[in-house]
Amino acid sequence: MRCRKCDSAAVINMRHHKLALCAEHYGEWFVTSTQRTIEKYKMFDHDARILVAVSGGKDSLALWDVLTRLDYQADGLYIGLGIQGDIAYSDQSLARVREFAVQVVPNATLHVVDLEETYGKTIPEISHEKMRGHGKPCSACGLTKRYVMNRLAAERGYDVLATGHNLDDEAAVLMQNTLHWQTGYLARQAPVLPSSDGLAKKVKPFCRFYERETATYALVRGIDYVYDECPHAVGNLTNFYKTLLNQLETESPGAKLQFYIQFLKAREEGFFQAAADKVSVELHACEVCGQPTTAPGRCAFCRMWGITAPHGTLISADAIAVRGEDEFDDVEMRVAESVDVSGL
Amino acid sequence: MVQITFRNKKFEVKENISARDALKKINIDPESVLIMVNGKLVTDDVVLRAGDQVKLVAVVSGGSR
Repeated sequence: MRCRKCDSAAVINMRHHKLALCAEHYGEWFVTSTQRTIEKYKMFDHDARILVAVSGGKDSLALWDVLTRLDYQADGLYIGLGIQGDIAYSDQSLARVREFAVQVVPNATLHVVDLEETYGKTIPEISHEKMRGHGKPCSACGLTKRYVMNRLAAERGYDVLATGHNLDDEAAVLMQNTLHWQTGYLARQAPVLPSSDGLAKKVKPFCRFYERETATYALVRGIDYVYDECPHAVGNLTNFYKTLLNQLETESPGAKLQFYIQFLKAREEGFFQAAADKVSVELHACEVCGQPTTAPGRCAFCRMWGITAPHGTLISADAIAVRGEDEFDDVEMRVAESVDVSGL
Repeated sequence: MVQITFRNKKFEVKENISARDALKKINIDPESVLIMVNGKLVTDDVVLRAGDQVKLVAVVSGGSR
C-alpha cells in the first residue's frame, strides 16, 4: 500500500478515514489532527499552562511530544504507584519518562510524585489494606491519581490537566456504561471537563485517535515507551470491551469512531441533560486537605490514606526544569510536615 | 517459512501470503496489533517472504493512565 501524499510505502492504513500514509506524512497528519481536536473542543490556547499526566506509556508520552511540537507550554506529571509485578512496571515506567523528558522536552518541567515516599504506601499496599476493588487495586489507583493530578495542577497554577486517553479508551468506557445504562456516567463523559469549585479543567486531546494510531505515532517518532500493560490491567473489563470493539471494527471499519462521535453528538444535543442535572452536586472543601469533595468532612482520598492532620500544604517539594540527569535527585515530592503518616 | 513473534510467543506461517492472512491463521485480530517486518512498520497487505522476521506490537499497552 502506498502513501496517498507521496507514493512511498505506507506505515498505516486507516480504513475508517480511507487514508494510508508513510511515516513522514503520518507524523504530520497526527500533529495537525491533534491541533484540530484541541480547537474543535476549545481545550486550551497557547497562553495556557498545561500539565500532562505521563505514565511512560505510548499515549501520554506521545501527547507530551505533540503538545511540545505544537509550541504549547506543557509540563509533565508522573505518579509513582509502586506497582511492580514480575516486570518492575513502575520502575521501568519512571525510567522511560525521565529519559523522554531529558531527550525530547528538555525545556519542560517534570513533576514526580512517589506515593510511597509521600504517603508511606504503594497502591497495592493501600488497596490490600483497605480491601478496595475486590482484589484489584484499580479503584484505589484511580482515586489516588485523580486526587494527586488535581492537587498538583491547583497548587502549581496549571490551567489545564491533559491526559492521553484515546478513542479506544473512550469507546470501551462508553460501551460499558451503555450496557449498564449508567446515565450519570454517560452525562459526564466528554473530551473536556470544565474546571469547577477547585477541580482543574481536564482535556483529552487524543480522544479522536484510535489506539493503533497513537501507537503508530509513538513508533514512527521513535518514542521509547513501556510496551507492557499494567500487571493489574491484564484481563480487566476495559480490555475485554476493547477486544469486542476491535472485532467489530475488523468487520465494519469506522464502527468505533461512529459509536463515540455519534455519542458526543447526542450528548451535545442534550440527550443526557436530565441525568447531568440529577448528578450535579454541590462540592465542599475537604476539612483536612481542602480539595473538593462531594460530602462535607474528609474527602475520599484522605479517608482511604488515613490522613487526619489539619489543613496544610500537602505537596511541598519544588519540581525543577528537566535539564540533566544530575538534577533528578531533587525532583521527588516529599511529605510535608503537616501530614500525619503515623497511622499509615 | 516466516517466523512471527508476539509477546514472547513464536509462530510460523507459510511464505507468500499477506500479513493480514497470516494474522488470521494464527488467530490474532489485525486491529489489535501493529506489524513490523524486518524492523520496519508495514501495512497488513504486505506479502511475507521466506526468511522475513515479523514482530507484532500489541496496540494495547499501559493501563495506569
